[in-house]
Amino acid sequence: MRETIGITGGAARTWLRAVTGIAGAFAVLDQYIGVVMTFALGAVIVLGMVSGSMIFGARSTSRRAIKDEVFECGNPSTGPARGRFAVHFYLVAILFIVFDVEVVFMYPWAIIFRQLGIPGLIEMLTFVAILGFGLAYVWKRGALAWN
Amino acid sequence: MELIAVGIAGVKALLVLLMVLSLSAMLLWVERKGSALIQDRIGANRANIFGVLPFNLGFVNTLIADPLKLLTKEDMVPAGADKFLHFLAPFLAVFPVLVTFAAVPFGDQLVIGDTVINLQVADLDIGILYVLAMSSLAVYGVVLGGWASNSRWALLGGIRGSAQMISYEIAMGLALIGAVMAFGTLDLQAIARAQGYHFFGVIPAWGIIYQPLGFLIFLIAGIAETKRVPFDLPEGESELIAGFFTEYSGMKQAAFMLSDFAESVVVAGLATTLFFGAWQVPFLFREGFHFPGGVVVAVPHLLVVALQFVSFIVKVFALCVFQILVRWTLPRYRYDQVMDLGWKYLLPLALANMLVTGVVIVLLG
Amino acid sequence: MGAILFLVLAVLTVVSALTVVLHPNPVKSALALVVTLFVLAVIFVLLDAHMIAALQIIVYAGAIMVLFLFVIMLLNLQNDDPDRGRRRLVLRGFAWAGGLVLAIELALLVRGAPVGTPGAAPAGYGGAAAVAKSLYTDFLLPFELTSILLLVAVVGAVVLAQRQRRPTIS
Repeated sequence: MRETIGITGGAARTWLRAVTGIAGAFAVLDQYIGVVMTFALGAVIVLGMVSGSMIFGARSTSRRAIKDEVFECGNPSTGPARGRFAVHFYLVAILFIVFDVEVVFMYPWAIIFRQLGIPGLIEMLTFVAILGFGLAYVWKRGALAWN
Repeated sequence: MELIAVGIAGVKALLVLLMVLSLSAMLLWVERKGSALIQDRIGANRANIFGVLPFNLGFVNTLIADPLKLLTKEDMVPAGADKFLHFLAPFLAVFPVLVTFAAVPFGDQLVIGDTVINLQVADLDIGILYVLAMSSLAVYGVVLGGWASNSRWALLGGIRGSAQMISYEIAMGLALIGAVMAFGTLDLQAIARAQGYHFFGVIPAWGIIYQPLGFLIFLIAGIAETKRVPFDLPEGESELIAGFFTEYSGMKQAAFMLSDFAESVVVAGLATTLFFGAWQVPFLFREGFHFPGGVVVAVPHLLVVALQFVSFIVKVFALCVFQILVRWTLPRYRYDQVMDLGWKYLLPLALANMLVTGVVIVLLG
Repeated sequence: MGAILFLVLAVLTVVSALTVVLHPNPVKSALALVVTLFVLAVIFVLLDAHMIAALQIIVYAGAIMVLFLFVIMLLNLQNDDPDRGRRRLVLRGFAWAGGLVLAIELALLVRGAPVGTPGAAPAGYGGAAAVAKSLYTDFLLPFELTSILLLVAVVGAVVLAQRQRRPTIS
C-alpha cells in the first residue's frame, strides 16, 4: 500500500511536468491548450476512478472456480463465449461508414452555404439524392429490417 | 507568458470536468428521487453518518454511501477475460465523454483587469466537429466492455449497444447540419454569441426558433445514443441483467454508470448551446439588461458572468431532468424498432430538414 | 519546443503502428491502430490542418475502426499462432530485412531533402471554411464522384452480406 502511494506520487509529478511541457509547446496553437489540459486532467480522474476498486477494493478471500464464472442466472455456461453472430451488424457498420462520410461532407458545405447560393444547394442535392438512392436500395433489399 | 495561459487553461479544464462530474452525481440522486415520485414510492432515504445525525438523508446514501460502497467492492475479472481490456473498457466509456465538454462555452468572457478570459476551455474553430469526434469514440467503451467480459450475453449486449449508438450518431450529426447552416460556423462560442439578439426586440433569437425539427431529431437521437430508456435494450435491465457491463464490479461498474449520466449531460449541453442560447439570459447584454420597453438596468460585470453561468447550468439541468422524465414514462423499444427509428425515420427526416433549411435560407437571401 | 513535441508524437505513432503489426491479439492490434490514427490526427493539428484532424477521428478512428472491431468479433478471430517451424522463421527474416531496407532508404531520402523553415500558413488555412471553399469550387467533380463511389460501396456490401443466409445468433 505504501509503495503504491509512493509510486503514484512520483508518477503524478512526472505526469504534471510532462503535461505542462507539452501544453507549453501547444501554446503555439493556443486554441488547443484547453484540449490538452482537459485530456490530461480527464485521464488522471478517470484512471484514478477505474483503478479505485483495484486499489481500495476488498481482497478476494475465496478463490473458488464458481466465482470466476460468468453470470448466466445459475445455468452452467454452454459452449464458447464467442459464437458467430448475425452478419446484420457488419452491414450496419458499413452503412454507418458510408453515411458518416456523407455527414462529414455536409459540414463544410453547411458553413459556406450562404456564399454558394442556389448552385451549392443543387450540388448537395445531387450528392444526397445519389446516396438517398443507396439508402432506398438497402431499405428495399431488407438489409435494414430484422433485428 | 505561456505558463499563465497554461495555468488558466488548466483551471478552466478542471472547472468544467468537476462541473460535469457533479452534475452527473446530482442527476443520479434526481433520478432516484424522481423515479420514486413518479412511481409513487419513497425511494432511497436510509443513510446516516455513523448514526450521528438525528434523521436519515436520502442524498447521503446516493452521494456518499453509494460511491464508497462501489469503491470498496472486490474487483472481479471473470475467468478467461483479458485483464487489460477489462480495465480499458470502462476508461474508454467515460474518458471521451468527459473530454467533449472542452469545446462547450459556459459563459461569455471574464475580464480581470487587462486579461480577457474566454469562458470556454478551448475556443476551437471546429467546435462541433470536435464534439462529434469525441462522441464517436465513446462506442469503443461499449463494444470492448462486452468483448472483454468473455460472456456471450455481455458480448451480445455490447455489439447491439454499439450498433445502436452508431446508427443514431448519423441522425445526431445530420440534425445539427440545419443549425450550422443557420449560424454559418462551427465555433460554439460564436454560435452562443449569435443567439444574443432578439426578434422584434422581444423574442430571444435562440436556435430552437430556427430549427425546431432539428432540435427534436437531435434530442431523440441523443437519448438513443446514451442508451437510456426507451432505448436501453443493450443494458436490458430486466433481460440481460446489466447487458454489456454485467461482468464489471466496483468502480468499473460505477464508471459505466457515470458514462450514462455524463453522456446525458453532453447531449443536454450541446442542445443548450445550439438551440437554447447557451449561456444567454434573455435581454441581458454585457453591460446590463436592455428590456423591450426601453428600460436599461446596468449590471456589474461579475454579476453578468455569474448570471450567465447559472443560466447555462439551469438549462442543461432542465434538459437532463427532461431526459430522466422520459426514462420513467416510456416503455422500452424492441431492438428492431430502435434500428427502424434510427435509419428509416430520423435519417430521412434529418435530410429533409437540411434541404428545407437550405431552400428557406436561399429564398430569404 | 515544437520539435520535441513532434518527436514525441512521431515515436508514439511508430510504436503503436509496430504494435498493430506485431501483437498477436487481433483486438489489441485494432486498438493500437486506433491509437495510431489518433496520434496522426494530433500531428495534423500541429500542421494547421484542423479540419482534416477532426475528420480523421470522426471517420477513420470513429467509424472504420469500429467496423474492424465488429468484423474481428463477429468472426471470432483467435490469437495468432506462435511461430513454429523453419519456414515461418525464414519468412519473418525476410520481413524484417525488407523493413530494414525500407527504413534505410527513407533515412537517406530524408537526409537528402532540402532543409528550410516552411513559410507561415495563411490565416485560416486548414480551417473548416478554407477546406469548404476549395472543396466546393475547385474540387466539385471529385466530390460528386465520391457519392457514386459510396453508392457502389453500399450496394456491394449489401450484395456480399446477403449472400449467406445461415441461421445465426442475433
